[in-house]
Amino acid sequence: MPAAIAASAVTRRFGEIVAIERLSLEVEGGEIFAIVGPDGAGKTTLMRLICGALALDEGTLLVDGIDVRRQAWRVQAAIGYMPQRFSLYPDLSVMENLRFYGNIFGVPRLEFAKRAQELLNDFALAPFTRRLADELSGGMKQKLALACTLIHSPTTILLDEPTAGVDPVSRREFWRILYRISAGGTTIFVSTPYMDEAERAHRVAFITHGAILSLGSPADLKAHLAGEVVEITTQQRPKARRALRDEPSVRSIEIFGEALHALVPSAANAIPAIEARLRDAGVTDAVLRVIPPSLEDTFVARLSS
Amino acid sequence: MNWRRVWTIAVKEYTQFFRDHRTVISTMLMPLIQVLLYGYLSSDVKHQPTIVWDLSRTAESQQLLDAFTNSAYFDIRYRAHSMSDVVRHIDDDQALAGIVIPPDYAKLLHEKKSPEVMVGVDASDATAAQAALAAAGAVGSSVTQQLQIQQLKLEGAAPSGIGVDVRARAWYNPGLRQEVFIVPGVLALVLQFTMTFLSMSTIVRERELGTLEQLIVSPIRSSELMIGKMVPLVTIGYINVTMILLVAVFWFGVPVVGSVLLLYFTVLVFFFATLGLGTLVSTIAKTYIQAVQLIQLFLLPSMLLSGFIFPVDAMPKLMQVLSYFVPLTYFLTIVRGIIIKGIGVDYLWPQILMLLALGLAVFTTAVLRFQKRID
Repeated sequence: MPAAIAASAVTRRFGEIVAIERLSLEVEGGEIFAIVGPDGAGKTTLMRLICGALALDEGTLLVDGIDVRRQAWRVQAAIGYMPQRFSLYPDLSVMENLRFYGNIFGVPRLEFAKRAQELLNDFALAPFTRRLADELSGGMKQKLALACTLIHSPTTILLDEPTAGVDPVSRREFWRILYRISAGGTTIFVSTPYMDEAERAHRVAFITHGAILSLGSPADLKAHLAGEVVEITTQQRPKARRALRDEPSVRSIEIFGEALHALVPSAANAIPAIEARLRDAGVTDAVLRVIPPSLEDTFVARLSS
Repeated sequence: MNWRRVWTIAVKEYTQFFRDHRTVISTMLMPLIQVLLYGYLSSDVKHQPTIVWDLSRTAESQQLLDAFTNSAYFDIRYRAHSMSDVVRHIDDDQALAGIVIPPDYAKLLHEKKSPEVMVGVDASDATAAQAALAAAGAVGSSVTQQLQIQQLKLEGAAPSGIGVDVRARAWYNPGLRQEVFIVPGVLALVLQFTMTFLSMSTIVRERELGTLEQLIVSPIRSSELMIGKMVPLVTIGYINVTMILLVAVFWFGVPVVGSVLLLYFTVLVFFFATLGLGTLVSTIAKTYIQAVQLIQLFLLPSMLLSGFIFPVDAMPKLMQVLSYFVPLTYFLTIVRGIIIKGIGVDYLWPQILMLLALGLAVFTTAVLRFQKRID
């Protein structure tokens, strides 16, 4: 069975700017694959290339073994794509939106009725079928957009930053739904700017400047982190950060909320040095402890090396 | 061509159109307002306020003034007592025309001499002035003729039959009614406006909403999307045509001499050009505001060049050449030809063909530019 998505040496330019540069990756059927990266890394461009909305300049892209460049329409019939902005018609009702996409994707009428009911129940939208999309809450709009993407039972869905601008509770609910869809065998290719979301995926690719920086399961990525993370809790974070920037035993130092994370090759060697530096700088309230690295730590480590 | 997808788009467009009450009202009211405004404002410049300084004050001078009133072009509202009275009334726009009858008017007539009557017209508005001047001239010659006949009768002679009888007839619009000419033109003008605007906004709006991106990544073809979007607009266009025709016939009494069927067919040809134009603009503009500005750039000159107001034949050569590229030019000739003159395909085929050619060119360019890609 071919990979759900197989990209090899994919390149796309916009004039002088290279948006995606010789990018290769393979997404297996049924997995949740997340691409993470800062704004402008090329996440949206990659999504659009995969679904054939943009033409690629070089390389090959196969979706379920179908060449996107040659048979975009076959790919488009087999996948579901949810662009960054919820693409719903605000002046159509929940049911009208669903029926519209059902018809566009040629879902047979009997099958549509069954599928729509299933999705509406699953996404807790059943009581609102007659409500206009414009009058739904952000979380509900997002679920309706996902339902429209799934109405033709695609084998793979591409979600471009689906949780941008959605409250944390709705985000959690959204991910529960994604797990259910994935359990049903649908491949999910999702982009996100949030590290904690990427952590929930089966596999993650970090991309910056249109190329993959690292790729693997969250556990693998963390395990391959060369070094340890020392958390420094202090009220004087900017001062502490300045003091540790020149410390040779610290590879990188970043502020994470209430604390600083120092990436060090060996915690045993670095901790006394860090303590000495902080004392010299007059930071007296620091509490140090070694913590398991988060995905963000590994990303920062990769970026700084 | 998958008709289910075309139908789906059309149903969606209908639903959205009729759900947006403001657009429905403006699309339905705008043609009515335009046709009523143009219809009333274009009516002839009759009943102009007039001031008279009658120094003769005789039965003869009153007879002359009656002739002016009966022409319907002059409404004698003021009596002046001096020349400065006359000038002042015209200066401050109370009167458009001033008639001055000399003191010896009746006396000269009896002496079989020609008295001079002065008619002054405010020519700031050239159209109104021309009508008044022509009417004054006509009043003068008809009064002269009457007086001569009277005179001959008094002398006991029968009026001789000698003289050139120029029988000028106004064909097609015997009443020389402006609205008969203008109202069919308004039909064309309104259609051009509604069709380009609606087709432009239906596409630009989807691009701004982001739904176009979703459609691009669906199995729908560009042609299916375009046809699905155009079908409801054609319906709306036909509703507009029917409304305007009803107002023209039953309100303004404009007779539709030619074939209504042919008119409805040529309207369809005109839709091609206008819908294509709106679509073309939507492929160039990135936002709705940009699109509106772009379309205005075309709509106003096309109205001026088309012959809606100024006859194309009277334009400088360069303007005439430009007008050949404006679909409205051909459509105006067609609409006026059918409604006013009652002519058919045998006369209008060159215009219909040109309109079709322009329409096809614009529409094809639009479809080609409207690619199923984001860039």
